[in-house]
Amino acid sequence: MSINRRQFLKIAGISTIVGLGGTTTIKALWRDELEASQVSPSPEALVAKRWAMVVDVSKFKIDNDYKRVIDACHRIHNVPDFGNPKDEVKWIWTDTFSHAFPGQEHEYMEGGIKHKPFMILCNHCDNPPCVRVCPTKATFKREDGIVMMDFHRCIGCRFCMAACPFGARSFNWRDPRPFIKEENKEFPTRTIGVVEKCNFCYERLAKGLIPACVEACKDNKALVFGDLKDPNSEVRKILSSCYTIRRKSELGTQPSVFYVIGGSNNA
Amino acid sequence: MLEKALTGSRRYWIWVFSLLVMSGIGFIFYLKQLSYGLGITGMSRDVSWGFYIGQFTLLVGVAASAVIVVLPYYLHNYKQFGRITVLGEFLAVASVTMCLLFIFVDLGQPFRILNVLLYPTPNSVMFWDAVVLSGYLLLNIVIGWTVLGAERKASPPPDWLKPLIYLSIAWAPSIHIVTAFLYSGLPGRHFWLTAIMAVRFLASAFASGPALIIILCLIVRGFTKFDPGREAIQTLGKIITYTMILNVLFLGFELFTAFYSNIPGHMHTFQYLHAGLEGYGKLVPMMWISNILAVVSLVLLINPATRKNERTLSMASASIFISLWIDKGFGLVVGGFIPNPLEKITEYWPTMPETLITLGVWAIGFLILTILYKVAVSVKEEIA
Ligand code: SF4
Ligand code: SF4
Ligand code: SF4
Repeated sequence: MSINRRQFLKIAGISTIVGLGGTTTIKALWRDELEASQVSPSPEALVAKRWAMVVDVSKFKIDNDYKRVIDACHRIHNVPDFGNPKDEVKWIWTDTFSHAFPGQEHEYMEGGIKHKPFMILCNHCDNPPCVRVCPTKATFKREDGIVMMDFHRCIGCRFCMAACPFGARSFNWRDPRPFIKEENKEFPTRTIGVVEKCNFCYERLAKGLIPACVEACKDNKALVFGDLKDPNSEVRKILSSCYTIRRKSELGTQPSVFYVIGGSNNA
Repeated sequence: MLEKALTGSRRYWIWVFSLLVMSGIGFIFYLKQLSYGLGITGMSRDVSWGFYIGQFTLLVGVAASAVIVVLPYYLHNYKQFGRITVLGEFLAVASVTMCLLFIFVDLGQPFRILNVLLYPTPNSVMFWDAVVLSGYLLLNIVIGWTVLGAERKASPPPDWLKPLIYLSIAWAPSIHIVTAFLYSGLPGRHFWLTAIMAVRFLASAFASGPALIIILCLIVRGFTKFDPGREAIQTLGKIITYTMILNVLFLGFELFTAFYSNIPGHMHTFQYLHAGLEGYGKLVPMMWISNILAVVSLVLLINPATRKNERTLSMASASIFISLWIDKGFGLVVGGFIPNPLEKITEYWPTMPETLITLGVWAIGFLILTILYKVAVSVKEEIA
């Protein structure tokens, strides 16, 4: 992250020299200072070689299980609620099996699975097409696998939205600020015309906290977060004991979000 | 030479002023878009590129097709095209300018556009697209202007221009190939994920661009004393006959692959566009107009009698242009997003402000074209 910070300062410097919107640069700079201080290696920060998440579908039982998770994320990240599908912005949401895993469903599937909502979010792909296509490096992948967005650099070309095969990215079609119910001052709000998505709560990891959505299901462990490269991590234990699937694995993007479908007796 | 654009008939000025008014209206709505955001358009989370990028895609083809009149003249010494090469080059200038404007109006943060050059990202096709487009624009301005200047003095073009001309010939297809790569390298977008996207783009470009040049030649001949020459127009007629046949063939190949393989993802967009899917079919009538016009143009072009008749040839050219405008400027881009990656359908239709901004960009393009053609034609009238 120190590299990111250095890069950022360079960018801020250049754009100031070039004179591209002085005040926004200063604001951006100030914001990044804030973020940078949060993420500069602090003793309590959670670190991993490769962050990953496991979604245990069977542990979501009632509507509130989903709602709690979605609200936790959207509230702390100032995700606006426009109340209409055209302007919609979302970081984590639900859809049915056939939409989350298109092509995998079949007519004779167990009804429970077929109609059950699945939690879906950015997969923080190992081989992310959104990063590959971004013309400004506003979308980039960190060493620990988190696929990040730099809201200040994004030009809003939406190439990444065309490239993401999971529909994980949202665009600010209009000013999001009036549509934030209660602003969390600790996380930046966005402007018109930039893309956003789940960031695996990098800002919380830096403070030693697990992602908000994972925290929201601490009791039932429906979501588990951990280091894929650490054989003793909780995610690895689940992966080695349960059958898991990933979304559209045939595309080779290597998602880091795994789904336990059946395993009520596992984990 | 530019002063030649400042004198003209009443008709010329009425035309110029109507274009100015149209671009003015577009600009006012663009200011609205700037303050409200792209939410003013019909685009959404699911269909995140629409009319603007569609026009861009079509116009890149029109720009690339200048090579169709440049290449035979310079490489094969085909004299008949001598009179119209500059018309092709200037059409390229106008259309590349429109392309860049369409990209610009499509950006969520247009004032950060320089980020593309400040942080060059060679793994992004969009970076290369920006590079080849601006290079092509420069090449055509320099070549067109210099050739015309030389013509005016009745001297051959300077020697240093030759390498630039050859470069521009090689460069032209690249702008369209790179644009095709914007689409054809994306995982999970079945409709675009096809290796023949680039050749399909070239075939359709080499049909729609010269079709437009034929129409422009006939307009120029009707309104000025300059005659681009019957022979040149007829040759262009033959060229669009073959390129349009290729274009339709390529579409047929895509249909075969999609439907014979029977892979749902590959069939969905075709079904959505031409027959409707799950009860959604907003684009079906448009696509059928496009299909029918393609057939009409082929009938008129393949039959020698109607191809040789300039009236029917102009109808065929107009059919091709409208057909491909719908196919590329609309169906290809919008269709690629339907269904979305979760196999759900969100439809798209441009809004009024979006349409007016689009018209405004076209008006600017036509304004540039008019001014450049006015200069070119005046020079040609002068030396005739
Ligand atoms: S899920 Fe989409 S947005 Fe997330 S990393 Fe993969 S390609 Fe990028
Ligand atoms: S919209 Fe922003 S993040 Fe996405 S590709 Fe364009 S510049 Fe990159
Ligand atoms: S990891 Fe963080 S950002 Fe991503 S969905 Fe969970 S709470 Fe939201």
